[in-house]
Amino acid sequence: MLDNFINLYHGFYIAGDPFNILLMVIGILLGVIIGVLPGLGGANGVAILLPLTFSMSPTSAIILLTCIYWGALFGGAITSVLFNIPGEPWSVATTFDGHPMARSGRAGEALTAAFTSSFVGAFFAIVMITMIAPLVAQFALQFGPAEKFAVYFLAFASFVGMSKEAPAKTIVSMMIGFALAAVGLDMVTGQLRLTFGITELLNGFDFLIAVIGLFGIGEILLTMEEGLEFRGKAAKIDPKVVWKTWKTLPRYWMTSLRSCIIGCWMGITPAGATPASFMAYGIAKRVSKNGKNFGNGEIEGVVAPETAAHAAGTAAMLPMLALGVPGSPTAAVLLGGLLIWGLQPGPMLFVEQAEFVWGLIASMYLGNIVGLILVLTTVPLFASILRIPFSIIAPVILVICAIGAYTVNNNVFDVLMMMVFGVLGYLLKKTNYPLAPLVLAIVLGDSAEEAFRQSLLASGGSLAIFWSNPLVSSIMGIGIVAGLWPLIAHLFSKLRVTAQPA
Amino acid sequence: MKHFHALGLGAVTALGMTALSMLPASAAWQPNKPVEFIVPAGTGGGADQMARTLQGIIAKHDLMPTQLVVINKSGGAGGEGFLDVKSSKGNPHKIVITLSNLFTTPLATGIPFNWKELTPVAMLALDEFVLWVNAQEPYKTAQEYEAAIKAAPDNTFKMGGTGSKQEDQIITVAVEKALGKKLTYIPYKGGGEVAVQLVGGHINSTVNNPIEAVSQWRGDKVRPLCVFDSKQLPYTDKIQGDLSWSSIPTCKSAGLDVEYLMLRGIFMPPGVSEEQVAYFVDLFKKVRETPEWQQLMKDGAFNQTFMAGDEFKAWLDGAEKNHKGLMQEAGFIAGN
Repeated sequence: MLDNFINLYHGFYIAGDPFNILLMVIGILLGVIIGVLPGLGGANGVAILLPLTFSMSPTSAIILLTCIYWGALFGGAITSVLFNIPGEPWSVATTFDGHPMARSGRAGEALTAAFTSSFVGAFFAIVMITMIAPLVAQFALQFGPAEKFAVYFLAFASFVGMSKEAPAKTIVSMMIGFALAAVGLDMVTGQLRLTFGITELLNGFDFLIAVIGLFGIGEILLTMEEGLEFRGKAAKIDPKVVWKTWKTLPRYWMTSLRSCIIGCWMGITPAGATPASFMAYGIAKRVSKNGKNFGNGEIEGVVAPETAAHAAGTAAMLPMLALGVPGSPTAAVLLGGLLIWGLQPGPMLFVEQAEFVWGLIASMYLGNIVGLILVLTTVPLFASILRIPFSIIAPVILVICAIGAYTVNNNVFDVLMMMVFGVLGYLLKKTNYPLAPLVLAIVLGDSAEEAFRQSLLASGGSLAIFWSNPLVSSIMGIGIVAGLWPLIAHLFSKLRVTAQPA
Repeated sequence: MKHFHALGLGAVTALGMTALSMLPASAAWQPNKPVEFIVPAGTGGGADQMARTLQGIIAKHDLMPTQLVVINKSGGAGGEGFLDVKSSKGNPHKIVITLSNLFTTPLATGIPFNWKELTPVAMLALDEFVLWVNAQEPYKTAQEYEAAIKAAPDNTFKMGGTGSKQEDQIITVAVEKALGKKLTYIPYKGGGEVAVQLVGGHINSTVNNPIEAVSQWRGDKVRPLCVFDSKQLPYTDKIQGDLSWSSIPTCKSAGLDVEYLMLRGIFMPPGVSEEQVAYFVDLFKKVRETPEWQQLMKDGAFNQTFMAGDEFKAWLDGAEKNHKGLMQEAGFIAGN
């Protein structure tokens, strides 16, 4: 471990080079812009800029590219809070309380909380990487298909158990998501499903299209119905909002710490940032004393998912470097870059390319600090966007959504699909079906199904594989408890009632 | 203008080096807007890595006057990408890199396309397949592993691979036939994931491409048993201890008579002119001369056969028949 610190010190020396610091600032700024535009996520941004970096040293190049990634992560929160349009899957949970806060004129607070929490989560994960990198890589290897399915099961179950709406409505919404996720190629048999011979459906439904439609367009339709009134208008622009919010944040240290741990754990296991953010939100809602108010603009509901998502996103870099498995599309593009620079990710990277690895880790520390400072200065600026009358901003959002949907696959069909999802989102909201389980199922449905069927193939069809070792059994156990929580809680309260008179 | 001149000079030098009878007149057509490079597979896989390396090499050495933009269209086992190219008739600003799904996807899924509906440009290389086991397993040679499979009941051993009814499963079926025992085939999304599942001990063996497993081999986590080619690999750089790619025996010599190589080739949409095809053939010849490409070939232990024109078409014809036969035997044809 002492070696790690000596290496890290050397890494700071490399990352602290003025040229590299300049690259960080450029990277973060570009990343924030990329993150704000839905559809143009971090993966595309990194892919477009990758060729520019071939003339740099590998360390400088990865610093620039990872900073674009951090910037995009920060930027994703901006549209979630302001317009209810999550730019990335893991920003969905941020909209639950972030957007209500913006609507009640507290956009500045919500943005500050989101950015600060992102930073805390990322920082926690980097410290963890510094301390126990080799152990963590070893732990990730424990995850076969059964263990992966258990993690997905836990994410779904905790959603059913912790949702505000009736569990039946949550399940219906989730099932619609599963059905949509099933469209396209069935990975296990290699056959097409539910495509009805339509070429456009070969690739299934892209998550981003669904989310831009369900949340972005759906929100615009709802607001229009409510008479074009956007309550964010009342927001006062206060440059001191950052300090004021910071003073309140330490109160939520328990939520932060819990979310950090959930995030790191989910990031290392290949489940990733999306289930981490949902789980952290769900648990915070259940545990917090303000839990009842979640969904109406509770700052803790922004802190929990943002912290977990960024802890997971950062922790996911570790399996990429140590095992060569990209945890996200962005990581996959970065992986391609590593190969061109002549670096082979895998177990030997930490040994053979120590200078590069520790330079990268040091740049994660510096990049996140630079990023936090940069985005916090933009808070009053972004919050003031909400002062623009809705009748002007709505068409702009619509256009941005359409461009975003088009950019995902350069396909006009996707823009149409986005509109269809928008109407669907509006109808579901009017009938009080929660949208989040639907989104969660679209994002994770495929992977969960795949892991389930891979497990059954390996076990020859026996469900016992999900209870075959302590790791998978305990995750499944927690999942079942989480899923049945309303029943259990009900039972407890009944017991208490019957116990009282006695 | 100077820049333009240097490009021409580079082209002439490259031509001289490859010593092939191409007329300099082939430089007459040039792309005048960004060229889309379709990858009919997901990010991070073998084809994607190769496409992104090509993009990097072309940008770094200024081999093309416009940009090359990599676009992944992986839907329907790559069918989405191939259909896109097929429907872009006469568009010279679009190329596609292929893997074996050029043959397997239309057969397995019934998605309507055939390589004859595209314009073949060139074969860049052939990708090898190696039989890998976890380094902690007791099997030091392919013979020992084969004996263990034969001694156990059907479906005891688990083979992991990329995708379903594609190259990895085709090889698995061929191995089953050769050994007379069933294996449990578990499909995963990408080659890197397969390699990690092997390291984690969740499967017994894989038929990963060299580049997908090389880093795990260097770390002494996996062990190569044999290569599915007719001859041993030529690369002698040390990778793990004293071992190099050239020290892996062929599977045939180890009593497992299975051979399979995968195409890494470039195609264009139908209806493009010969001049336009010649431009890209020439471009990829230049790419092959760069040190970065040489390094990629070495790292991934590729078979460096290069083909274009009629020779390439004849090869494709043979490969298509071969795949049809293999898929029919395995019962992988759509509708069966």
